[in-house]
Amino acid sequence: MEYISPSLSREEDSMQRILCCQCGTMIEPNPANMCVACLRTQVDITEGIPKQSTIYFCRSCERYLQPPSGWVSCSLESRELLALCLKKLKGLGKVHLVDAGFIWTEPHSKRLKIKLTIQKEMLAGTLLQQVFVVEFIVHHQMCEDCQRREAKDYWKAVVQVRQKTTHKKTFLYLEQLILKHNIHSNVLRIKEIKGGLDFYYAQKQDARKMVEFIMSVVPSKYKTSQELISHDVHSNTYNYKFTFSVEIVPVCRDNVVCLPRKVANSLGNISPVVICSKVNSSLQVIDPTNLQVAEMSSDIYWRTPFTSLFDHRQLTQFLVLQIEVLPGQFVSRSGSRKHVLSEAWVAPLEELDRQMYCRTHLGHFINTGDVVLGVDFTRANLNNEHFDKLKTTEIPDVVLVKKAYGDRLRRHRKRKWELQSLPKETEDKMEEGEEERDLLDFMEDLEEDKTYRQDINIYMKPNDGVVPVENGGLTGEEEEESYPQIGVEEMLQNLTISDPMSEQ
Amino acid sequence: MAVRVQFEGNNEVGVFSMLTNAYCLVAIGGSQNFYSVFEGELSDSIPVVHASIGGCRIVGRVCVGNRNGLLVPNTTTDQELQHLRNSLPDSVKIQRVEERLSALGNVVSCNDYVALVHPDLDRETEEILTDVLKVEVFRQTVASNVLVGTYCAFSNRGGLVHPKTKIQDQDELSSLLQVPLVAGTVNRGSDVIGAGMVVNDWSAFCGLDTTSTELSVIESVFKLTDAPQSAIVTDMRESLLETVS
Repeated sequence: MEYISPSLSREEDSMQRILCCQCGTMIEPNPANMCVACLRTQVDITEGIPKQSTIYFCRSCERYLQPPSGWVSCSLESRELLALCLKKLKGLGKVHLVDAGFIWTEPHSKRLKIKLTIQKEMLAGTLLQQVFVVEFIVHHQMCEDCQRREAKDYWKAVVQVRQKTTHKKTFLYLEQLILKHNIHSNVLRIKEIKGGLDFYYAQKQDARKMVEFIMSVVPSKYKTSQELISHDVHSNTYNYKFTFSVEIVPVCRDNVVCLPRKVANSLGNISPVVICSKVNSSLQVIDPTNLQVAEMSSDIYWRTPFTSLFDHRQLTQFLVLQIEVLPGQFVSRSGSRKHVLSEAWVAPLEELDRQMYCRTHLGHFINTGDVVLGVDFTRANLNNEHFDKLKTTEIPDVVLVKKAYGDRLRRHRKRKWELQSLPKETEDKMEEGEEERDLLDFMEDLEEDKTYRQDINIYMKPNDGVVPVENGGLTGEEEEESYPQIGVEEMLQNLTISDPMSEQ
Repeated sequence: MAVRVQFEGNNEVGVFSMLTNAYCLVAIGGSQNFYSVFEGELSDSIPVVHASIGGCRIVGRVCVGNRNGLLVPNTTTDQELQHLRNSLPDSVKIQRVEERLSALGNVVSCNDYVALVHPDLDRETEEILTDVLKVEVFRQTVASNVLVGTYCAFSNRGGLVHPKTKIQDQDELSSLLQVPLVAGTVNRGSDVIGAGMVVNDWSAFCGLDTTSTELSVIESVFKLTDAPQSAIVTDMRESLLETVS
């Protein structure tokens, strides 16, 4: 049993009915005093809302055009597509949208149907509600990205990184930094050209980001230029291709350089013949005779540029005959604390009877009997304007650059780590051997200097199930251990999905 | 016979005219078309007087009257009063009333015997109504509206009230007035009955927008048709008047 409120039932009883003023049917009085059917013939609340509209769809990337210029991917009958369609309808602002939903259409029919329920106030407070269907025709239009791809015209900005040297140590270091920071994530293509790399981008700001990164990690300068591709005089829009030309300082780590006199004076009267000890956002040089160090930012460098005197292939091998650590008073006051100043008697490996005296900053590395790489100025034939101006007293006989460690190929074979590399395309093939040698040089540098490798990722070599034979009887043990090596704690496990063995 | 008419493009003919069984007032300065409709229908039986009240043309809203008399508000000038006196039959008494609710047509609705008045009308005006119009006065509302003259129209034979008037209220009103009442609309769904139409015992005038359905309701409730009514009208009338005693 249900309780019916008496007041309510009386209300219903006394409900007055009148005739619809149009058709004469009995209705309850309403503000328009018309039945719903007549009201509908009189007013159409969907007036001003188009019953048919078009939306644009890119077939190759399956995205819909979101006016004015966006493209969004959304599946059929999804909320996003509904929002897109409703945004397309004009006149919905004047009515109250109650409900909207898709009516199923055949996916290939290029038609979308949306059922809308709207409410609108009409004729002195009459709230009318109406359900109607809007049909959308899906037109095909290729989006800008796909258009560019089709036209093989997909890059908008290119970063040309160049270093005018014969060896690529700084480049290899830069490559590792890019990999570590994942700066190359939205690069379209990396092309390797003689003397550098080209990075192609679809967006100018991505290219700019790359330039900023390079500027922050290696000493360099850049120039921008733009090429007008097309322009529209009516809408005043211009279509450019941008080029960022980045030039890296052509001085690498372990290069012997001769500073211009003015620069040497401004860097605390450092001696002009110095060794470049570090290349990060600035250049760091060290005077091997008194350990004085100086730092040079890239803009100081570009004011008076200079090049290295020798590249790594021109270094001579010396045998250390005698080495002795020098007392502290010989060390400059602004000298490096990481190096040990020593004096050494060395002889070139080719002519062991020619003994030469030198001071070196490598006192903590080398011992009597070691082989070191260095520069023999007495036999050097140099063509350098800054070097030519030096007095003979300022030129040392020998500058030792680094220690040499045995057979590099065997050392490479024993290496338990590797580096990743950027997906590069090479157009003109360079000498394979030279590139390989540069990489080996770089890897040896990483092994020898802990601070050098702290900013990059070192990956463990995938162990292919074969345990390398440790200390095969042929090689002496003490020689094996003299190689500088990288500890396992500094390495990362490389994840390669394609190779199931590496995941074991 | 119910006739559709328009005053200068306006459908609210009850504002610009006033109709009783003894005379008809129409606003001055209207089109000849408007006057011709009234004169063609009425001039052989009652005078059609072109008048203004207090310089205004809204004669239907500011004065009230029946066969016996005419009440005009105190804004009426002496000249207008003289003109009315000269034009109306001698049997019609004309009285100027001092009433705060000066739109007499909105606050009073009457036929020749009874009048519904605004609940706040002056006691004095009520007495004048009784004396001059010779009517019995009831203070009432129509569908909770105090402006009884605006929302209802009735003659000695029937009456039309606001569409939202409840059935009990209709019963009560029709027992007071002793005429059958029906809720309805004029001018295509407009609920301002008094402003939308004027009626006497043998003719009615309503706005040009009035639909045929509304016209047939009006003709049936005011019993204006001499000819036998069509089937639809009788059917409707039965359905509409079934609750009326």
